[in-house]
Amino acid sequence: MTGGGLDLRRFARPLGGGVHLTVWVVLALLVLFGTLRYENFASAYNVSSFLGYNAMFVLISVGMCLVIMTGGIDLSVGSVVALGSVVAALLSPQGLAVALPAGVATGLAVGAVNAALIVGLGLPPFMATLAAMLAAKGLALILADSGTVPVDWASDFTGLGMNTVAGLLPWTILIAAAVVLVAWAVLERTSMGRTILAVGGNAEAAHLMGLKTARALVFVYVFSGACAGLAGVFLASGYGAGQPLEGAGWELAAIAAVVVGGTLLTGGMGSVPATVAGALLFGLVFNLLNFENGRGTISLSANWQSVIRGAFLLVVILLQVRLARPGGRA
Amino acid sequence: MTAAGLSAPGAPRRRRADRRLLGLAAALAALLVLNVAVTPNFLNLQTLAVNASQVATIAIVALGMTLVIASGGIDLSVGAVMAVAGALAPLIFLSPWGVANPGPGLAASVAVPLLVAAACGVFNGALVAFLGVQPIIATLILFISGRGIAQVLTNGNLQTFTNPDFTWLGTGRVLGLPVQGWIALALTLVIALVVRRTIYGRQLLAMGGNARAAALAGVPVARVTIATYTLAATLAGLAGLIVVAQNSASDAARIGQLMELDAIAAAVVGGAALTGGRAPVLGTLLGAVFIQLVGYTLIANGVPDEATLIVTAGIIVAAVRLQDGRRRG
Repeated sequence: MTGGGLDLRRFARPLGGGVHLTVWVVLALLVLFGTLRYENFASAYNVSSFLGYNAMFVLISVGMCLVIMTGGIDLSVGSVVALGSVVAALLSPQGLAVALPAGVATGLAVGAVNAALIVGLGLPPFMATLAAMLAAKGLALILADSGTVPVDWASDFTGLGMNTVAGLLPWTILIAAAVVLVAWAVLERTSMGRTILAVGGNAEAAHLMGLKTARALVFVYVFSGACAGLAGVFLASGYGAGQPLEGAGWELAAIAAVVVGGTLLTGGMGSVPATVAGALLFGLVFNLLNFENGRGTISLSANWQSVIRGAFLLVVILLQVRLARPGGRA
Repeated sequence: MTAAGLSAPGAPRRRRADRRLLGLAAALAALLVLNVAVTPNFLNLQTLAVNASQVATIAIVALGMTLVIASGGIDLSVGAVMAVAGALAPLIFLSPWGVANPGPGLAASVAVPLLVAAACGVFNGALVAFLGVQPIIATLILFISGRGIAQVLTNGNLQTFTNPDFTWLGTGRVLGLPVQGWIALALTLVIALVVRRTIYGRQLLAMGGNARAAALAGVPVARVTIATYTLAATLAGLAGLIVVAQNSASDAARIGQLMELDAIAAAVVGGAALTGGRAPVLGTLLGAVFIQLVGYTLIANGVPDEATLIVTAGIIVAAVRLQDGRRRG
């Protein structure tokens, strides 16, 4: 299993290579379909609002991807997004220079707690991050006094989430792209990256080989927390409020994106770029459904969207089962 | 305590399970004493009834979750399955056919949702057993789409109704205590017996302990897996019916929301280990009651609602940490 996972990495190309390439192909086909079918699909407005909203999901999915590569899971990200948005909104009068780092630091702190519980106390990641999820949500509600926290529109805080470069690319997606690059570079180019995959393949063996497994585990949980905190800042900045009740279920959306990207939950293998494609793919399904509704040929209520999203996940999983079998991986 | 043997066979494990259950019972007793001392009006039947009616649905779902966890899996879809069952019941007894035939209509509005819930469980179990999909991913599918299905069924509308026969399930009293409390208690006993005394129970624990070894020893792993997820989903369906009966209203968007987390927490506080092979059924009931009572204690003494989330997080960490001190993944 470990061998298979590491072997596959030899095919790693900028897009993820091998099986992971499929996600990009599907994504490209859907974009093509949308562009040809809907007149406003490729409009600057749609592109920039799509990317702006999905920047948050790209971030948490990439953080989740690294965690899952180690064979772990981070259920706390949704709550951390909420907590980060509340902290950033509360500090928004101080401007972006204070609110942004504070939101990220909040996520980082929750990630550090996760790491302490998992590495220090030996708790299973599922339970440790479940506890962190509840605690972060409680904290967000307390800080927000159980309501939404309006941001200070007079400061430069909302500029981050609402401004775009050349009217097309939101700053948030550019920052998210930079974070993705960092994650990719760590994974592909550093010994930490090798250790992350080795831990996921076989934690015991990695430890016995003298790899710094604890350090790798601490890194992935702290990184995931920081990504979620940053996504929280995006949420507050782009949508004008700290929202303690937002983010419920986002952790599962992130897990789904990672799975769609071909990363196995058993750890030891995976692809950051394919995860990004997975996150964008889920967003795109929503976006296309909205356009299809707009044409009036079909009328699918919002209720249908989650049904279709679930069905989509099912199809991807069935495809992966087929793809995984012949090669005998995992 | 009659907990011996609730866990897998073998004297040392049995003793450990006993100690865990005793520890939880002691913590619960301490909490009760504390409440008698500080919480106003704690010692009356009304307090008991309120807590019992609130904890019953969590306990019922948590029983199924305990079995799934014992099999080495997890079921994220229970809340969504509750929503599906809860949305279906009023649709049936409010339909023209249901109104014309109140008797059969009532029976169908209990039976059909339970069957649909069971089908959801078969779906989950089949993905896990036949396709080898990891439980968390397999049940994520229904977690995402199940609630959507419930909302499509009801058009996203809140269904309110008056149907005393049906609402008895959630508001009736037997011997002064809520019906659903008795149901939860009875199910706990039945499932504890199933785990202890039936071949299925043995096979479940063997499989959860080591699926490969169990398969080689002749345990029908696929069948046991599907049966377990089906049981869990059916119990979730029942909980969905109870919630709807309790409220005399069905809101597909809200029934059973976050129930998967409450159920997992109750099971883990009760002594279930995510590694599988352990099904502390009585512990799960005590775990659910413990979490409920902690929340009640805090709220009754003026601690804000949100703080209970943080306390629950602490309880989960402590419970997992205390379980056996062994390091896991």
